[in-house]
Amino acid sequence: MNKPLRRVALAMMAMVLLLMGNVTYVQVIQADDLRNGPGNGRTQRAEYAKQRGQIIAGGQSLANSVETGDELKFQRVYPNGPLYAPVTGFDSPTYGANGVERAMDTILNGSDDSLAFNRLSDMITGRAPAGGDVELTVDPAMQKVAYDQLTNKGFQGSVVALNPKTGEILSMVNSPSYDPNPLASHDNNAAAESWQQMENAQGSPMSNRSVSEIYPPGSTFKLITTAAALDSGYQPNSQVNPAASITLPNTNTELPNYGGKTCKGSTLTEALAHSCNTAFAEIAGKVGADKMRETAAKFGFGTDLQIPMTVAKSDLGPMSDPASLYQSGIGQRDVRVTPMQNAMMAAAIANDGKLMKPQLVKSTRAPDMEVIDELKPEEMSQAVSSNAADQISEMMLKSEQNTKGSGKISGVDIASKTGTAQHGDEDDKPHGWYVAFAPAEDPKIAVAVIVENGGDEGAEATGGSIAAPIGREVIRAGLQGGG
Amino acid sequence: MSQPGTSEGTGSSAVQQVNTRRGTELVLLVISVVIVTFAMMLVEISQENTVTRQLFYYGAAYLALFGAAHFAVRKWAPYADPLMLPLVALLNGLGLVMIHRIDIAKDTEYAVRQIAWLALSLVLFALVLAFIKDHRTLAKYSFTCGFVGLVLLALPGLLPSAISEVNGAKLWIKFGPLGQVQPSEFAKILLMIFFASFLVSKRELFTTAGRKFLNVELPRPRDLMPMLVAWAAAIGIGVLEKDLGTSLLFFGIVLVMLYIATERAIWVVLGLSLFAVGAFLAFQTVSRVQQRVNGWLDPVYGDDAYQLKQALYGLGSGGIGGSGLGNGSPETVPYANSDFIVTSMGEELGLVGLIAIFMMYLLLMMRGLRSALAVRDSFGKLFGGGLSFTIALQLFVVAGGVTALIPLTGLTAPFLAYGGSSLLANYILIAMLLRISDAARRPQPTVKPKPQQAPIAEAHTELVERPR
Repeated sequence: MNKPLRRVALAMMAMVLLLMGNVTYVQVIQADDLRNGPGNGRTQRAEYAKQRGQIIAGGQSLANSVETGDELKFQRVYPNGPLYAPVTGFDSPTYGANGVERAMDTILNGSDDSLAFNRLSDMITGRAPAGGDVELTVDPAMQKVAYDQLTNKGFQGSVVALNPKTGEILSMVNSPSYDPNPLASHDNNAAAESWQQMENAQGSPMSNRSVSEIYPPGSTFKLITTAAALDSGYQPNSQVNPAASITLPNTNTELPNYGGKTCKGSTLTEALAHSCNTAFAEIAGKVGADKMRETAAKFGFGTDLQIPMTVAKSDLGPMSDPASLYQSGIGQRDVRVTPMQNAMMAAAIANDGKLMKPQLVKSTRAPDMEVIDELKPEEMSQAVSSNAADQISEMMLKSEQNTKGSGKISGVDIASKTGTAQHGDEDDKPHGWYVAFAPAEDPKIAVAVIVENGGDEGAEATGGSIAAPIGREVIRAGLQGGG
Repeated sequence: MSQPGTSEGTGSSAVQQVNTRRGTELVLLVISVVIVTFAMMLVEISQENTVTRQLFYYGAAYLALFGAAHFAVRKWAPYADPLMLPLVALLNGLGLVMIHRIDIAKDTEYAVRQIAWLALSLVLFALVLAFIKDHRTLAKYSFTCGFVGLVLLALPGLLPSAISEVNGAKLWIKFGPLGQVQPSEFAKILLMIFFASFLVSKRELFTTAGRKFLNVELPRPRDLMPMLVAWAAAIGIGVLEKDLGTSLLFFGIVLVMLYIATERAIWVVLGLSLFAVGAFLAFQTVSRVQQRVNGWLDPVYGDDAYQLKQALYGLGSGGIGGSGLGNGSPETVPYANSDFIVTSMGEELGLVGLIAIFMMYLLLMMRGLRSALAVRDSFGKLFGGGLSFTIALQLFVVAGGVTALIPLTGLTAPFLAYGGSSLLANYILIAMLLRISDAARRPQPTVKPKPQQAPIAEAHTELVERPR
């Protein structure tokens, strides 16, 4: 019986080898997938076992971690939750993270390669490991004013303010907003309840309007049409069509000016100052779809942009026939932009035509406060020539003079453009836009404001009446604060 | 063969010639104690940042118990294999460390109970060594063993659920607060005695009578009938009691014992084909089996394998080096200290630790098989082979199950997992293997006193066996 016994021995060895092979596969090859598998509490516990870094802006703490007595040791706290929610996002044991919490996760949780030395020294010195801090470019004063302006009247909308010279994001505000604190709760049920509440809430507070939502830009888009025109040989004093109404090519559809009036003046400058639809529709038709596309792309349309959150791509739509090209020239039809894109457009014009990449992170720091990385201004493109940018600024100064609404700042020249965008729903209540920069001679702030669905003025609302006052208040806060 | 007490003059000189290696065993046992105590310290330090008094108690108990076991072996099985007991002690000790570690995490007290069971197990272990002086005596009671084995197996199925059902399987006999016993663990050994002795007694039939099938002569069915009936009954009871693991175990054991006895691979082929058919039918009809298979096919994203998923997460999180004793979260896996103790080990000791544990098992089985190879009687070979294979199959089924190599079936990792019956039965199993290895390594009495050499002329012709 020895021969079969020996064979059985071989079979037993084979069985153990199979077991070893299998655990090797599971613990080496599959290990990473399993570690991050759905519902693996281990990874989460490990993540919450150490203190996550802070998110800071202007010396204020926007997000930090406090020790709790429960299984997950640290809980995230947002001292000014709704005000900064579009920026910080949330970090929730139940729902994961978004916003800066997600985009800068490796720094905040300390696993980033740039923090390797700190991890090593923590290990050697026996110091409790902690994540790095992230300092943001946001100006708390501007952020607060923008938020109050939007929410005091119960508007739905967004404000984005940029430093045109560096691309630093000075404010990014949503209304309605939400409080990330309950989502960070370690009680899954409490988190789920508040999540549900926000999902069902009016105006979808959790969607980040500034970077994720796209809107018809209305007349603010005429700035891009103007840039395309100047780039195609137009001059500020070039004659344009001031007619009260034109017929779209190959159709019977009429395209009228606002209020159905003939434009006051027939130069390009006057057409922009008075926001003449007919003039710009024709200009778009003349410069052509390719030129429009090229110019828009230089201003950032269609770009993959991370600030570090992903910014939705703005788009011109198909513009497949002359009629739609005409309509697109005045920012209607299928043209869609994010508030961020409109702020970038204003910033590029303010910065001699140079478009700087919008950035939200000013610096990252090791747990011992040592700076590991700092914001470097990045040029995205030369959107228009410096000369053309100057010419557009001049036109925008005139436009501002024609813009009603309160909040003008004495002694400060604002260059601006309003927009009143029909969007074919909500009982014809238009979105009101205001893009601006100031001071015009040495721009420090570029801002884009959108107030959805006519704000408190309904169908009568214009960009000038509902959005401009907010934009001006934000600029004022920025300039007074030394922005 | 001579017995310890009865080995007259001839034996005493032989004893001096053969090294019993009991000293080696003692040294290895001490090493096991050191490793286990150190592991226990790591657990305490990382879980509670201090070394508690329990550590001392556990360490002392462990040392005393295995010291006693060592002396039992020294006294009653002096020639036994010196590796088996230290291997078992180390596996058992590491299991105890993990059980204690999970106790701390879940605020339970299974380690104390496991030590109590261990004490009882070692008493039985010593009793087996003391009373069964020769494993061949077991063969004389083969039918009794077979009968008692079947009764034990069937008993929980016949008893009311109130005293026999735990977690949906009717495998237990509960003794109120005293604990519960799983009789199938003991039935396993008793039935193996029956199978081995039966197969040995019918052995000559396999090579002679019977009809041909696939060029192989099969024994007449009626010669094998009692065994096949017992076998079918064992599997049937397992299925009825919803204990697929035990059924699988009996199936495999009988197949392998048939193979060893007959030296015919056709039995294994036939058995595995039958198994394939049976498994397919079970998959088609039994929802529990379907669930297990689906869970096995997609443990992470499917809905059928919560336990397995958690176990795999543990293994993955442990990775190559493990989280370190006391630093993982094995307690999040259900049954972390019993059915899933292998993955608990994998999480905290990593791939490295798990492979070391598998190597210990491999070494243990190989030492068992070596004894079976070396022992001179057929019953001993067959029984020893069966016992060793039982360890292998149990390990394969449980470790393969919890690491998603094969579908999950309930069995416990021998010596490692928490569980009184399993511990008791496996210590009896080891005692028997030690008994067989003692017989294998015991020096032969240096033959009868040499007969006076007769003058060659007077010598009668010898009958020489014809070479086969």
